[in-house]
Amino acid sequence: MDNILSILIFFPAIAGLLGFIVHKQSARAYGISVAAIEFLLSLWLWISFDSTNGAMQFVELIPIIPDFGINYYVGVDGISLFLVVLTTLMTLIGIVSMSIKSEVKNMVVTLLFLEMTMVGVFVALDVIVFYLFWELSLVPMLYIIGAWGGPLRVYASIKFFLYTFAGSLIMLVGILFMAYEYHSEMQVWSFALTDWYQMGWFGLDKQLWLFGAFFIGFAIKVPMFPFHTWLPYAHGQAPTIGSVILAAVLLKMGTYGFVRFSLPLFPDASVMMIMPIAILSLIMIIYTAMVAYAQEDIKQVIAYSSISHMGIIMLGIFAMNSHGISGAIFQMIAHGIVSGALFMLVGMIYDRRHTKLMSEFGGLASVMPKFALIFGVMLMASVGLPLTIGFVGEFLVLLGFYKISPIITILAGTSIIVGAVYMLSLYKKTFFGPITNDANKSLKDLDSRETWSLIPLVIIVAWLGIYPKPVLGPIDTSVSAMLEFMEEKASMQNTKDMILTTQQAKEGN
Amino acid sequence: MLTPVSVTLQELNLITLAPMLIAVIGGLMIITIDLIKDNLHKSFYVMMTLLILFIDFGATLGLTLNDRGFFDVLFVDGIAIISQFLILVASMLFIPLALTSKRFHEFSYPEFFALFLFMIAGFQFMVATDNLILIFVGLETASLALYVLIAMHNRSNSYEAAVKYFTMGALAAGFFAMGSALIYATTGSIELYAVQEILGNRLDETGLMIAILGGSVLLLIAFAFKLSLFPFHTWAPDVYEGASAPLAGYMSIVPKVAAFVVALRIFGMYIELGIEPVRIIVLVLAVFTMTLANIMALVQEDVKRMLAYSSISHAGFVMAALALGTTKGNASIFLYYALFMFTNLGAFAMLWISRHKKRAYHQRFDHPYEKFAGLIKIMPMGAVVMALFMLSLAGVPPFSVFWGKLYVMSSAVDAGYVWLAILMGLNSAIAAYYYLKLIVYMFLKEPTGNVNVVYYNLSRPLMVMIGIAVLATVASVFFAQPLLSYITYMVSASGF
Repeated sequence: MDNILSILIFFPAIAGLLGFIVHKQSARAYGISVAAIEFLLSLWLWISFDSTNGAMQFVELIPIIPDFGINYYVGVDGISLFLVVLTTLMTLIGIVSMSIKSEVKNMVVTLLFLEMTMVGVFVALDVIVFYLFWELSLVPMLYIIGAWGGPLRVYASIKFFLYTFAGSLIMLVGILFMAYEYHSEMQVWSFALTDWYQMGWFGLDKQLWLFGAFFIGFAIKVPMFPFHTWLPYAHGQAPTIGSVILAAVLLKMGTYGFVRFSLPLFPDASVMMIMPIAILSLIMIIYTAMVAYAQEDIKQVIAYSSISHMGIIMLGIFAMNSHGISGAIFQMIAHGIVSGALFMLVGMIYDRRHTKLMSEFGGLASVMPKFALIFGVMLMASVGLPLTIGFVGEFLVLLGFYKISPIITILAGTSIIVGAVYMLSLYKKTFFGPITNDANKSLKDLDSRETWSLIPLVIIVAWLGIYPKPVLGPIDTSVSAMLEFMEEKASMQNTKDMILTTQQAKEGN
Repeated sequence: MLTPVSVTLQELNLITLAPMLIAVIGGLMIITIDLIKDNLHKSFYVMMTLLILFIDFGATLGLTLNDRGFFDVLFVDGIAIISQFLILVASMLFIPLALTSKRFHEFSYPEFFALFLFMIAGFQFMVATDNLILIFVGLETASLALYVLIAMHNRSNSYEAAVKYFTMGALAAGFFAMGSALIYATTGSIELYAVQEILGNRLDETGLMIAILGGSVLLLIAFAFKLSLFPFHTWAPDVYEGASAPLAGYMSIVPKVAAFVVALRIFGMYIELGIEPVRIIVLVLAVFTMTLANIMALVQEDVKRMLAYSSISHAGFVMAALALGTTKGNASIFLYYALFMFTNLGAFAMLWISRHKKRAYHQRFDHPYEKFAGLIKIMPMGAVVMALFMLSLAGVPPFSVFWGKLYVMSSAVDAGYVWLAILMGLNSAIAAYYYLKLIVYMFLKEPTGNVNVVYYNLSRPLMVMIGIAVLATVASVFFAQPLLSYITYMVSASGF
């Protein structure tokens, strides 16, 4: 099956369309079945993926508007492979654990469309196709937040949409300018990313402007520090499933964009921007961790901790060596799983008590032992305890960035401490001590559906924490290939010096 | 001694005149039929008009490129052909919208359909010539017919709209006449190709520049009225509100396409001659139009008025492409309208469907946002279709208007106007807010209740037309390529 990527993209969409016909009562089962098939398909993709090859695989190319160089062009490499698997896994688990009672059918259909756009973003190799899925992903999310969210849902959903939409339109201008540069050099129109990679470099100032245009688009999505204000609102108002998908997959689109576009297309500009971005990331890491500590709402704590972790990922991407970038990509997967699980856990307690305030809880460990245990595991993974999935990525990122700046690395390393502070204090306030609130005395522990939707995530957290190689291997192969390519492409000696390919890193050691 | 002019039929090349003649004769035929037998049902007239438009379409297909005819007054170049296609297709989409399930006054008169066909002939004359007098004649024929069509909606604010449009149109006609006179005074010709030649030779003469600029500014004012560009746009929302919804949608497309063709001929000429102030004025007007109309659209309480302002903003968007003076920019004008046409007509048709005889929701407005609250629960299909049109208008890919926007922005970047492309991007982001506002009302709010049905006027023909609009909006990705290559070929073949 060479066209497995097209099947992966369009299967959920077609299933979504057909889902309109499925009866309301069976909608949930339908959603789970479709998501399970999609997940199996993505596993098949992983199995048939050649992990020794760092280049694009399963490439498909169908012309759409050849006069303007727009093609349906998809492919997958080690960087995007696991993001696709993460997408299908989190969608499946999200639907399984979904506790929404009203209009389940609409939710299932929306989620399936969202799944299409997310897979599409990660496998698109044509920039316009990428942009198409990127923009389209906003619409289902807008609906999920707006229709099933909390009291401020309309405000939160519109803020989410407009913020991202405005950023991506600036990116669109950048895309068009890039295409124009390509056209003036090659005399043909092309939006294919691989063609753009091959393009020789024009002046540094243009590179910087283009980097800036793409930066705005991606940074809003990540969200980087000054652009992060939409995220706490979106998380605060979104239903559980919305938060899970948002934190696990949608935010990763931004960091994926940096890896896929900014670094290989603008190597010189990227190297020049290491410091500014590192400082922004550092602010993200430390400032939002502090803000997280000040929150009273469990969900807001996790929302802010998400931003803090995305800062670590950004730092890793701009380490410009294979440790940093592979670590960042691994951290994307880890954060996807851990934050997804944490949001699900918060959702479960919210379903029981209809509040997310820490002050309402206390001593939950005695009435909900299973819940407390799984929450504890995920919390440890989030903090980055060794032997959990969170440690591997964070360690590699810090190791990678140490070569750029030890001071920033040490400061960023404090995030683990601050992270432990707010997470453990959350855990203490919620789970330990006597039960102070009578309403908590009769809480039921997790039922089997909730347990079984969380156990796979716990297994992954432990498995990839102990033995990350099956995932880290293919990522590393592709990242090394990309770094070599970047070094070759960079026009300034300074840039070449900064980019450490795997080869050089080994020699250096 | 004067020799009598002898003209053979061959020389007249009447085939170039055929499309307009078909429309005029068709209009006369409808009136004649009414003389012989009155009280025919509106569906008869609708189908007759549709058939005449089909023949007209066929005649346009048969035109040869870059042909001149009728004393060389008619000039059938690429943009004339494309714009006639656009006009005819939009008209064919419009006219079946008369077949509502409820009776509306104007469609029971055959005069409505006759006037409609005369108006189309007028627009066809306007686009298929480079003679300023024939442009004027075509423009006035079309406009006069259009004023009456608006007034026939038989409501107090329709009369207001028609009179407003008429007075503004008369003022614009005055400006057009003065501008043409000034061009004639400076060049001694009213044929644009001759004007261009003479102006090109005389550009260096001292003092002439003032006359040239004066003429161009007068013409620009005339077309700013017609294209509803800032600051001459104030009539547009009132007129759109007063006209029936499909006619408002029609007015946001066909008269503008025709006016854009003429603007392309006139201002394209100035820009090609290198008269930079004209380009700057056009750019400034375009930027102000898209931005201010967008901001005005944000605060509207009525969906129809919002769509009116959004149409103005889209016109400004396209006007900016005209200022670029590149083939790609000029081609993008037509691509944009070809794609925008289906979506915008579809959106106005959705309003038409929900139109009640009496205002049931709001004292002042026919289509306040509240009317659409919770539509997803009342009419799920209707809400989805309307949301599709709104997303398309906002420029969300892969719906039709996105491809137009992409191409316009790309031509701005190519021509070196990156700031313009960024402004266009920011404007699209602002515009997304008011389109989303309707989606929010439809999907995220609870129905207001008490008033029975929103889809009041729905009938099978209307469903078919909306189905076509939806199909064109969603499947645009598949026909964008042939459309783009055809338009680019036609535009470059006529030297723009």
